[in-house]
Amino acid sequence: MTHTLSETIQGNRKLAFIARNWAAFFLLGFLILFSFTGKGFLSVTNFQNVGHLAVIAILMASAETFVIITSGIDLSIGFVMGFSSVTAGKIIQILYAAGGGISPGISIAIGIVIVLILSLIPGLVSGVLIARYKVPPFIATMGMWGITNGIALKICKGFPVATLPEVLTRIGNGYIIYIKPGGGISFFSLPHGVGNESIREYIRLIPYSFIFVGLILLVLWHLLRNTTFGQHTYAIGGNEEAAVRAGINVKLHLVKIYILSSFIAGLAGIFNVFQTGIGNFTPFGAMYELFAVSAVVIGGASLMGGKGSIFGSVIGVFLIAFLENGLLISGVVPFYRFIAVGLLLIIAVVIDQLFPDLL
Amino acid sequence: MEYLVETKNITKRFGGLTAVNKVSFGVQAGEIVAVLGDNGAGKSTLIKMISGVHQPDGGQIFVQGKEVEIHSPMDALSMGIETIYQDLALAENMNVYSNIFLGREKTKKVLGLFNVMDSQYMFDESQGVLDKLNIQIPSLRNNVRTLSGGQRQAVAISRSIYWNAKFLIMDEPTAALGVAQQKLVLDLVKSLKDHGLGIIIISHQMHDVFAVADRIIVMRRGEKVGDLKKEGTNPDEVVNLIVGSESVV
Amino acid sequence: MNTITKRKLTNVIMDLGRSWALIFLIVELVFFSLAAKGFLSLRVFQMVFFFGVTVFLLGVAELFVIITGGIDLSVGYIVGFASIISSRFVALFLQTGMSTLPALLLGIFLTLAIGLLPGLVSGLLIAKLRVPPFIATFSMLGITHGVSELLILNGAVNMPKLSTLFGNGYFLYWAPGPGLSLFVRPEIPRGGFILELIPNIVVVAFVVIGILSFMLKRTVFGQYTYAIGGNVDAAIRSGINVSRHTVKIYMLSSFLASLTGIIYVMMYVKGKGDAGASNLLDSIAAVVIGGASLYGGKGTVWRTILGALIIAILETGLRVMGIPTFDKYIIVGIILISAVLIDKIFPDKTYMDTKE
Repeated sequence: MTHTLSETIQGNRKLAFIARNWAAFFLLGFLILFSFTGKGFLSVTNFQNVGHLAVIAILMASAETFVIITSGIDLSIGFVMGFSSVTAGKIIQILYAAGGGISPGISIAIGIVIVLILSLIPGLVSGVLIARYKVPPFIATMGMWGITNGIALKICKGFPVATLPEVLTRIGNGYIIYIKPGGGISFFSLPHGVGNESIREYIRLIPYSFIFVGLILLVLWHLLRNTTFGQHTYAIGGNEEAAVRAGINVKLHLVKIYILSSFIAGLAGIFNVFQTGIGNFTPFGAMYELFAVSAVVIGGASLMGGKGSIFGSVIGVFLIAFLENGLLISGVVPFYRFIAVGLLLIIAVVIDQLFPDLL
Repeated sequence: MEYLVETKNITKRFGGLTAVNKVSFGVQAGEIVAVLGDNGAGKSTLIKMISGVHQPDGGQIFVQGKEVEIHSPMDALSMGIETIYQDLALAENMNVYSNIFLGREKTKKVLGLFNVMDSQYMFDESQGVLDKLNIQIPSLRNNVRTLSGGQRQAVAISRSIYWNAKFLIMDEPTAALGVAQQKLVLDLVKSLKDHGLGIIIISHQMHDVFAVADRIIVMRRGEKVGDLKKEGTNPDEVVNLIVGSESVV
Repeated sequence: MNTITKRKLTNVIMDLGRSWALIFLIVELVFFSLAAKGFLSLRVFQMVFFFGVTVFLLGVAELFVIITGGIDLSVGYIVGFASIISSRFVALFLQTGMSTLPALLLGIFLTLAIGLLPGLVSGLLIAKLRVPPFIATFSMLGITHGVSELLILNGAVNMPKLSTLFGNGYFLYWAPGPGLSLFVRPEIPRGGFILELIPNIVVVAFVVIGILSFMLKRTVFGQYTYAIGGNVDAAIRSGINVSRHTVKIYMLSSFLASLTGIIYVMMYVKGKGDAGASNLLDSIAAVVIGGASLYGGKGTVWRTILGALIIAILETGLRVMGIPTFDKYIIVGIILISAVLIDKIFPDKTYMDTKE
């Protein structure tokens, strides 16, 4: 039955187009639906909020995209992010509290640099285990999940790292353009002398976070699509044996992939510090990595490897993000999001099974 | 003498390509027939129609003189036609007798309640069939992983024999084996004749073919171009048939 | 040294290497006995098993799935789901005026029945629609998690006292005055001596685990489980109904998770959505430490229990030493990875090892 159905649809080019881009069409459908059901859903403010809150998920999904294309999986990214956030917070906290001529800017910069370097380590370890010692990716990264989580919790002793410079959230949640209706425009911050309490009077446009995530996405997209690095990533996922025979250094490439994934998770952790103003460890129920995998799969990748794109994964993230936001605004209890993601995943894979040649 | 399995004008097309074109041949009980041919000559398609993987587009198949239709590998099995593929279909993580009984485990009731596997029975029966075929394996309780390639081949064959195979199709039985192992398998195949089995061997190795076969069938571009008694031919002639344009039917 | 003794020595080393988990367990026990004051006592020993029950049961659930070459991410949240619906059912029955014991039994029965559903769905997705187990079970994780949170939006309900008594009670009691008694704690004077032996839930868990071990080892069900994990093609060609068996495996896993949820609520009175969430790492680690491979075809119940014991002793030992459990995650992560590496150093016997 499914066979004939898939044949019928493959014969019909319009239907085939829809099936191939079902996630985008679903997203469009949700946007239209929620515009009717949710008051305030269809607004620049709300869309900016959704985008801002989705930044971490987008980073996570991009990290996972590279790994999944090589037919691997990285379960550690959620906790690498927590580790990065907590460590950055701790370093900044110590330097900031020490005073002695270290300005908040310098302490933040030092924190970022150290943490970004540290965040390469979990990826390096799991990459070497996977590529050199043939440990299944699931086990290697699950091990790193435990290890980074334990270290993060040790560093922060189970509590968020607070009392950080206030400038963090000002940057993390800042906008490029502030317009006071009937007033004037100011760039990069509220006009001098205007306190945060009157921020609601301003129309705020283009959060910094969009520039941040946009730049990263651009780099990653380019890396995957236009470079030999990207080409080799697809080759390994498509047929590892063939990639080896073609002279690609598969082991080295896999190590790089897991380092990249870990590094992006580190970036997400740093963003998390800017966004919340504190260093947060990752709670068990957060499941960042699992939601990231879901977004990637919804975006058209296959866990068997060889397929997937940054663009698709971002669509996947937004599908989940807008669903969550739309339900919330429409007054539905947020826990439906878990159910919704579960159902979306099933749809994604079933469509993938029905139209294997299309995707 | 009646053929155990026989095809008459059997044909298979894939789209515009005729993979097998009106091939007729037969195999008697106690006879080993080798099917030879270059890649793409149609030998494996021919065999797959008998083992139920492909269905013919024309012609007939007879089993013990009766015309049959073989729709699936299960159909073939129920007629006593067993195919031993190159990958052998053994679960390497399980022991020898479990593999021989895989999917057809013998159970017994314990306390009149639970069905429990009767390991001793399966062990004894397996040992019996191995002894009958004169196969030596260190212990049937060892996992198949611990066996050599030839021993694995022997286990796969014993499984077929135990479950009453009358007709064996063997796909490149010696392809992945060392010299000593090859001999072990070929000796075993020869001994199967005495048990009244009909056997088809697909092989690339001329040496194997001349070591065991009674008759040689050569395929070229989907057609049968040779059907020779081993005694009446030699490797050179067979090679010429495979690559050249001669035909001796 | 001649070649034969050399060979024998290698074989001995390989055999020792293959049972590294047992050696590790012994070393661990010795270490904590020396390092942790008060570790070597009946009470702590029973604590190991009492708190280990979750990982024992989830580990075995995961074992069956992993032997077939799959994975089940949903077990943790099915535990939470079952803990919530069981207390709901029992409360509902009590409201209708049913007495405690029947209400409890009926509630448990219904929970176990409903607990089969997530496994049925993921099993069907995996077997019929070829959805990768990772994705299918994660979607069930999402759905069970969402449903359980919705069910306790207005707060969780308490289980009746009887259930908590059972969940925290012991199988055997002995006190100088009243002597031996089963299940019922004898009345003793405050501060008087009483010997409590084998927590009830440990008895329940090990009865179930014993049955499952028997199933895996001695029945056709177990045989098919290994066959599917070892060589799916061989299983299909042998006429095994692979998709049906796969569905059964995920239902079994789901069933065990529900049982764990019921035990949880008997221990802690109230259900909780993420009751078993943090045990996913532990239970998969237990299976892998027990020598199973994620590629399928390998693993036994008792070795999984061994793996789970290693984790349970670690957790309890650290707790007795007063070290925060944060270290546990690090150590489990390291053991998990080492397990795979050690298994690579001491691989299974192959033809080369047995050749004369």
